[in-house]
Amino acid sequence: MTATTVTLKIDGLEVTVPEGTTILKAAKDNGIIIPTLCNLEGLSPYGGCRLCLVEISGSPKLFPACITPVSSGMEVTTQSERLTEYRKMAVQMLLAERTHICSVCVANDHCELQSLANQLGVDHVLFERNWTRLEIDSSHDFLVIDRNRCILCTRCLRVCDEIEGVHTLDLKLRGKDAQVIMDLDEHWGNSCSCTSCRKCAKVCPVGAIYIEGEPVSHTKHKDIAEFITERRQRKWKQ
Amino acid sequence: METVEKTRVATIWLSGCSGCHMSFLDQDELLIDLAKKIKLVYSPIADVKVFPENVDVTLIEGAVANEEQLSLLKRARERTKILISLGDCAVTGNVTALRNTWENSDQAVLQRAYIENAQVKQQIPTDVPKVLKKVHPLHEVVKVDYFIPGCPPSAALINYVVTELLAGRTPNMEGRSKYG
Repeated sequence: MTATTVTLKIDGLEVTVPEGTTILKAAKDNGIIIPTLCNLEGLSPYGGCRLCLVEISGSPKLFPACITPVSSGMEVTTQSERLTEYRKMAVQMLLAERTHICSVCVANDHCELQSLANQLGVDHVLFERNWTRLEIDSSHDFLVIDRNRCILCTRCLRVCDEIEGVHTLDLKLRGKDAQVIMDLDEHWGNSCSCTSCRKCAKVCPVGAIYIEGEPVSHTKHKDIAEFITERRQRKWKQ
Repeated sequence: METVEKTRVATIWLSGCSGCHMSFLDQDELLIDLAKKIKLVYSPIADVKVFPENVDVTLIEGAVANEEQLSLLKRARERTKILISLGDCAVTGNVTALRNTWENSDQAVLQRAYIENAQVKQQIPTDVPKVLKKVHPLHEVVKVDYFIPGCPPSAALINYVVTELLAGRTPNMEGRSKYG
């Protein structure tokens, strides 16, 4: 039995995808790239960064493509002046929220936030910065977290929970005060559940979690979640 | 001989490491072409005491960290047609602004430099410009017309922007500049 399919239009292109597919996936499978930051193939969608916002005909609202399922007859616009403005604003808010100083960051030139700023033409930040001074935890043997560089995308939490299966990482507090913690807010070196698997460092889009003494360009491996998920499903046998 | 009116260009060095000016000088032989078209009316590499009137283009390196810099920046804005933030300190605050993460950073930074880290004669100087409570990128203080990010921005990028402006064109930064 074949799955029910849905036909819709994305940027004028008629596409047919299985029911339940997200707009983001439907677009990607048809060669239309929507900018993303918190989303990562192989992990559950989160809808936090708001970069994948799209317009849907008939609604004044904007929809996050990563968590909005397609429906029949939908007409989606992924590129417009309005969307670019909102995406630029989202990037600037992320840059203003914490202390992002590219020139002294381990991820300089290998940072997804920086690269999105470049793609969108963000050359300065309009908002006044918060200049946070949050704890940097280097108590683990080799994993380091600098919370001042964290954009709260929760990729690390999700990869720790859904792929490694230990859920060492979680969030405490809310909104701009939210922080990634280990176990019940232990120092990383004291965490009894962390398996030191490094997946959090591999998927971190910025320089918040990194491996001491290792170039970030070597650590980063954002496809790791998708790769492991496929292997677990033994997809290579199909 | 035909006399061409040269474009009046100024450069300012606020709180930065001078790396952006080094990058400007790294234009090497292109500086010779540039010199034919511009008159450098104010710069750390030109001995001029007061920021002059009627400046066409001013490139500013560094963030604003004290009151002297604040008044110089405001004067430069009043007297300049096109004002450019040159480099990350001017654009974002960069390393210069890291003290913003401290409480009472204007006092703390002096305490750190002149008391805690001083081996002899520990005293906070009183005859220097007052340090601002926070370090600001230029656009938080005045209107900025163009941003050249980079730590430092490349000589090629600086040359591109200046050359385009001299030719009366709007520089297109797309794909040329890099945030941070």
